[in-house]
Amino acid sequence: MKSMNRIGLVLSIAVALLLSQVAISQVSFERILSASEEPQNWLTYNGGYSSQRYSLLDQVTPENVENLELQWILQNQVFGAWQSNPIIVDGIMYVTERPNSVMAVDAVTGRVFWKFRHTPADNALVCCGSNNRGVAVLDDRVFMGTLDARLIALDRINGKPLWNVEVGDVNRAYSVTMAPLAVKDKIMVGVGGGEFGIRGYVVAYDAETGEEAWKTYTIPGPGEPNHDSWEGDDWEHGGAPVWVTGSFDPELNLTYWGVGNPGPDWNAGQRPGDNLYSDSVIALDADTGELTWYFQFTPNDGYDYDSVQVPVLADIDFNGEPTKVMMWANRNGYFYVLDRVTGKFLLGKPYVRVNWSSGLDENGRPIPTPQPEGMPTYPGNQGGTNWYPPSFSPRTGLFYFSAWKDYATIYRAEESEYEPGRAFLGGGFSVLAPVPGAPTIGIGRTNPINNWTDEVGHASLKAMDPETGEAVWEYDQFDVSDSGMLTTASDLLFTGGREGYFHGIDARNGELLWKVNLGGQIVMAPVTYMVDGVQYVTVISGNAMATFALGD
Amino acid sequence: MTDSRISSPKTGKPWFVIIVFFLVHQYVAAQETGDHQYTSQAIEAGSRVYGQQCALCHGPQGDTVDGIDLRRGQFRNASSDDDLRRIISQGAAEGRMPPFVLRQEELDGVIAYIRAGFDPEGIAVKIGDPTRGQVLFEGKGACNGCHRVNGSGPRTAPDLTDIGVLRTPDALQRSLLDPISALLPINRPVRIVTRNEEVITGRRLNEDTYTVQLIDSQERLRSLVKADLVRYELSETPTHEPTSLSSDEVADLIGYLYSLRGL
Repeated sequence: MKSMNRIGLVLSIAVALLLSQVAISQVSFERILSASEEPQNWLTYNGGYSSQRYSLLDQVTPENVENLELQWILQNQVFGAWQSNPIIVDGIMYVTERPNSVMAVDAVTGRVFWKFRHTPADNALVCCGSNNRGVAVLDDRVFMGTLDARLIALDRINGKPLWNVEVGDVNRAYSVTMAPLAVKDKIMVGVGGGEFGIRGYVVAYDAETGEEAWKTYTIPGPGEPNHDSWEGDDWEHGGAPVWVTGSFDPELNLTYWGVGNPGPDWNAGQRPGDNLYSDSVIALDADTGELTWYFQFTPNDGYDYDSVQVPVLADIDFNGEPTKVMMWANRNGYFYVLDRVTGKFLLGKPYVRVNWSSGLDENGRPIPTPQPEGMPTYPGNQGGTNWYPPSFSPRTGLFYFSAWKDYATIYRAEESEYEPGRAFLGGGFSVLAPVPGAPTIGIGRTNPINNWTDEVGHASLKAMDPETGEAVWEYDQFDVSDSGMLTTASDLLFTGGREGYFHGIDARNGELLWKVNLGGQIVMAPVTYMVDGVQYVTVISGNAMATFALGD
Repeated sequence: MTDSRISSPKTGKPWFVIIVFFLVHQYVAAQETGDHQYTSQAIEAGSRVYGQQCALCHGPQGDTVDGIDLRRGQFRNASSDDDLRRIISQGAAEGRMPPFVLRQEELDGVIAYIRAGFDPEGIAVKIGDPTRGQVLFEGKGACNGCHRVNGSGPRTAPDLTDIGVLRTPDALQRSLLDPISALLPINRPVRIVTRNEEVITGRRLNEDTYTVQLIDSQERLRSLVKADLVRYELSETPTHEPTSLSSDEVADLIGYLYSLRGL
């Protein structure tokens, strides 16, 4: 009896331990809902459903940030812009690598536990590089979208695939480059292919089975509201991709998604109408995918002004009223504040030089002022900003993002015919340069010598006051920047740029407190997490992921 | 408001002024380049002659004969316009290319069409004799007072050893006739005063937010931290004036520069 008791005791301890282990390792929806309460982890692409990229960790401060020391580097084995955003769960980091690999990494040492490799189909087609921006985590699973438009579920512990479903038709150039969004029991992704005449959509899958739960097109079909914002069959290949992760408001049960450009990109005259819901934000019911509201930033866009920026959600005082807002620095050069309950336009102001439009009307609709042929349009094709994630600090009340200043392009429109799986561009553009034939900036940096110089455009980090739409401070760089932002509860702002500098800046006033030259372009945002009482800050630069913590 | 950039005269200039200046300047420059390039009528006439007489062998894109790409200015035994005239009139390749009897304006037209890159709206710059051009480069033109070619000459201005690969004849001509409209921003002359009152002049090689790299007037490679500088000035004007050489001399000089294809 005694020994039986002992066995029983051992068993019950084992069960209890097992249960607690399970409880710790599961990343439940409830945990993601209150992600800000466990700042030691980084549970979603943007650090939580409101996408503020703001962490409560405050071990690293403006006073001690200069003591940050390199802890480890993980070298990517594949060349090309590394745009992945790591997720950190209880000391384990999940990061993707080109084209479609996932690694589980010890967040303290940078050593790899496992690597899953998916080889995309040979005919996978993406406009701008074999990018993947990361995974989503839910319960004991990791989810990755692929260049050949599939969604794959992996076992989070051993990296083995659990299901693999088709999200879109690879033969018609559908792709997935975004990190999926996990909400409740569903995994949501959008599709890329805005340069290939796709018809965009957001689609949700059952996380357990991979079964499709709902699918909402970003271009309404015949009989649906706003279908008449297109003519003829333009809607069938009108683009409007969704290639950046959305946000979620649990109280409203709404997911928010930025929608990309209409196609063909540069010939707006070929597709008359507003071309809804291209260049819009759409609010979709999390359970059904039903469109609740939309707001279009750039109707009938001929400038490739994708609205794929991250919808940043916050509850702030706006005109003296507590307001549920969405803040948005758009690629079209305007900064917007919207009421995220209704989609109502609250504020919009240009944050860089804008000449394609002379301003916004009382509903936020731009007043178009197209430039004569051969004349420069501001902002240029890559936009005043783009997909790289901004940050909002509830402490400073400021919204931070990378802008491209003094950057313009000259557009050329031409008729183009849609062919499935082929580029559908409708013209082209050249970047305005000070003298003919001078080097200019492109999508990524490929030269250690900046021979294009700041005269064709340069970065300006802007700290916007959402109540006024004005920058409280700015921090300029010589080259442009595709770096996202991270803010912390100690009023630190971490960001980078194409030059390879990683900056620690005082979020209150823009003072540079610390910098390190990592030598490779930073084309993603930093993240922060804590393991065993030590706060880490991680950023990807070039082909290396570098992790810092305070020195002894 | 934090701005890490050192203020310099150029950053204060409104961008639109530069654009307007550039457009006006281009217009004036186009008028001034009259006798340095072939006319659009010549190019158009040449396109017809080419289609009737040359395209059968050289192809519509000028690239169907081995080792020759007319549109891209790649020839077997020719460099200057006169070389092309001679070959067209006398034939080449041991009779495989027959001699063509063309009127002077037809001959000029075909060359204009080739030099314009087969683009009827392109700019066809006259390309003269490289040997005479080299004499001008080292003599009357005094180019080698600043530029280096094939390991000889100073390093203060850009080395021109492979300039024929890097620049089109059109851009070479602009550098000579209208240097302001051809100066690449990275090459802007710099004048710097350091905190310990050293004055450094030179040519910018690279720059980022916090540092600048340059070659100074003593041909030293210098890397400077902007925070240590009292003044950092960039000039929009190149160190050389528009050339006073004649139109034929300019063509010869372009012929020489265009022949510089690196080692």
